[in-house]
Amino acid sequence: MKKVFVFCLAIFMLIPLATTAGAKTLKLGLDAGPVSQDPQVQLSGGMLQYSHWVFDPLVRYRQDMSFEPRLAEKWERVDDLTMRFYLRKGVKFHSGNAFTAKDVKFTFDRFYKSADFKGLFAPFEGCHIVDDHTLDIKTKKPYALLINMATYIFPLDSQFYSGTDASGQPKDAVVKIGPSFALHNSSGTGPYKVSHWEQGAKYVFDRFANYWDKKSPGNVDQIILTPIKEDATRVAALLSGDVDFISPVPPQDFKRVSKDTKTKLITYPGGRIITIQLNQKRRPEFKDARVRQAIVHAINNEGIVKKIMKGTATTAGQQSPKGYMGHNPKLKPRYGLRKAKKFMKEAGLADGFECTMIAPNNRYVNDEKIAEAVVSMLAKINIKVNLKTMPKAQYWDEFDAQVADIQMIGWHSDTEDSGNFSEFLVMCPNKETGYGQYNSGNYCNPKIDELTMAAQTETDLKKRAKILKEIEQILYDDAAFVPFHWQNHSYGGKNKVDIKKIVNTMNFPYLGDLVIK
Amino acid sequence: MFAFIVRRIIQAIIVMLVIGLVGFIIQHQIGDPVRDLVGERVTPAEREVIRDQLGLNDPFYIQYVRFVKNAVKGDLGLSFFYKKPALEVILAKAPATIELVLVTALILIVVSIPSGIYAAIYPKSWFSRIIMAVSTIGVAMPVFLTAIVLIYFFGVELNWLPSYGRGETVNLWGWESGFFTLDGLKHLILPSVSLSSIMLPLFIRLVRAEMMEVLETEYIKFAWAKGLHRQRVWYIHAFKNTLLPVITVFGVQLGILVAFTILTETVFQWQGMGFMFLEAVERSDTTLLVAYLIVVGVIFVVVNTIVDIIYGFVNPMVRIAGTK
Repeated sequence: MKKVFVFCLAIFMLIPLATTAGAKTLKLGLDAGPVSQDPQVQLSGGMLQYSHWVFDPLVRYRQDMSFEPRLAEKWERVDDLTMRFYLRKGVKFHSGNAFTAKDVKFTFDRFYKSADFKGLFAPFEGCHIVDDHTLDIKTKKPYALLINMATYIFPLDSQFYSGTDASGQPKDAVVKIGPSFALHNSSGTGPYKVSHWEQGAKYVFDRFANYWDKKSPGNVDQIILTPIKEDATRVAALLSGDVDFISPVPPQDFKRVSKDTKTKLITYPGGRIITIQLNQKRRPEFKDARVRQAIVHAINNEGIVKKIMKGTATTAGQQSPKGYMGHNPKLKPRYGLRKAKKFMKEAGLADGFECTMIAPNNRYVNDEKIAEAVVSMLAKINIKVNLKTMPKAQYWDEFDAQVADIQMIGWHSDTEDSGNFSEFLVMCPNKETGYGQYNSGNYCNPKIDELTMAAQTETDLKKRAKILKEIEQILYDDAAFVPFHWQNHSYGGKNKVDIKKIVNTMNFPYLGDLVIK
Repeated sequence: MFAFIVRRIIQAIIVMLVIGLVGFIIQHQIGDPVRDLVGERVTPAEREVIRDQLGLNDPFYIQYVRFVKNAVKGDLGLSFFYKKPALEVILAKAPATIELVLVTALILIVVSIPSGIYAAIYPKSWFSRIIMAVSTIGVAMPVFLTAIVLIYFFGVELNWLPSYGRGETVNLWGWESGFFTLDGLKHLILPSVSLSSIMLPLFIRLVRAEMMEVLETEYIKFAWAKGLHRQRVWYIHAFKNTLLPVITVFGVQLGILVAFTILTETVFQWQGMGFMFLEAVERSDTTLLVAYLIVVGVIFVVVNTIVDIIYGFVNPMVRIAGTK
């Protein structure tokens, strides 16, 4: 009897060993999961993260923001308008189909069926196949960001998506809601394939055995992604060991995660600038550059980063973060209450005025707290701000309608380039061209418009950098908007998970290359 | 009985129509679902096209009539986020909530009745005082905090119980159940304890108060005078009569319990209907929202009907009144 007992005990002790020795599983807890399996149906951070797991782009950014060849092995400029891409050979899709130039063209043409990507790819003329593994991508005008845009091209398996599904709908239809083949099926070339998909609840990705990148150090066989929306729960799940890797970590828990001996905290500077815009159409006071300067000087963004963001953001004096072409190192954050008061006096508004402000309360890290800080900071220069905060579901309609004098917005450049900020945030709002779509400050300076357009077509990188820096300088001198900081990305993980090497400015953790020791 | 059920069904239909209308009115206030379907870069013109395709630009009454017409056929529309029929999404999430509520109800019954009776019989004992003191704290503490404190102690510090989710589930005829695996049961403990913490004090106090009142009545005094055994007096004569109001309150509170699952499920990332509802609000997933309101309405009506029937069994007087 005793022997049997000992035998059983031994078996029970061995079982957990046997399971851990074999396959490596990463339990991932993010605040949200991908919304569909179709990488082209919605343009969002979450969907791009997913695209990097299940698909592969032509090129991708390294940590230093240089370009790393992926499905495109190399590329060269043929002329001002054309870039020639040489594609990797011997790459297989999850379905087993071989990857060729046809798939890239299929994917490229499909962008124009998607409401989300159409605009982004408007500067392009088209994609032309040269041979099975060579193709030309052409733009309408010389376009400096052609290669940046290639990071968005995640080739789909054209054969897999052709034909019609059971209901007679073409398999490659881009459908926002409702039954569609592409929403619920996928075949990419990426390191993982989807093996279980429970929207918003649980996703399982299995390592693709025929993945082309044999040099990738990644050793995770299976990823189980569970979205955990509640900040406290997500942190608790990591600390209790239920998950191995979480993101984002709420600032108030940074200490807890980094102090725990079993877990570590990794932060990485991001490119999202948080700003407020001062609406000149609604408030004549904001037309006066001195008043705008006063406000910029009254905002203690250093203090906000320290106290509210717990040091995990970079204080900003301009739109472009470090590493971007337009980043102008001369433009330092300005804070000085005395100077702010002086500006107000010069403008003849020493007694201040009253105005309204709106901000989201679940869109950016601590957005509501930042907005509250703005109210108390502006009170010091006698501007009484009536603040209203709301969830993002309601926020953007209010933002577009410009219901308040001061409105908060954060922006991450789609192209990882400075020009994108100006195109959306500070160019004169123009319904026809779509520029200045998110410029609720109605700041309008023809010089900025001119320079931004010039930067778009300038392919000489040195000249381009000069233009972009000049833009930042003008915006700074004009106090066109009020910059706060660039948000950092935050990740928490068990010690054995090597997060540091796979994170980047875009917040696309390249899980394919993740190593678990 | 038959007339009673028919009357209830008619009531239910009216309730559903009103809920549908209310849902429709609020859905226009909580934001634009198209915003959540597209990236921030998409132009207003493109969004307008999508709104047109989804029929969101039609006048209010046309949308409502279309909704009612489809709802009669059992089609509550497509969820914007899940991209599946809303009813299907809700039914897939329902087992999680139902299991949570069942376990919570079980905890409520098993804990509140004995401790309530005990506190009523021995009001001055130290144990009764502890029960009452703890229940006061329970009333005062919001469920959100209770849940986080529980996660902190049992999940993070002691590492005895899992901190989130449902764990391993078994699929029984389409019903994803956590009852049949050890992992699933472990995952049930913290959420159901937090959820029951809201109602437990109420029930303990209710049972205690009712029991004390009954113990003062004439017929109990008579039972004592007759020299009946005290066990018999307490558990047979007195307890039976304390049950009536307890059942009524239980029926009403069960509905409220479903409402409270919204908070509990969010904290524990419990993939049930409550969590789904909160996310639907945040994503302006309006079809799912209205469908949820309808389904919860059905649950309320059904639960109340069942409670009324049980009530009839316990109290013959109600049955007589019903059949007349």
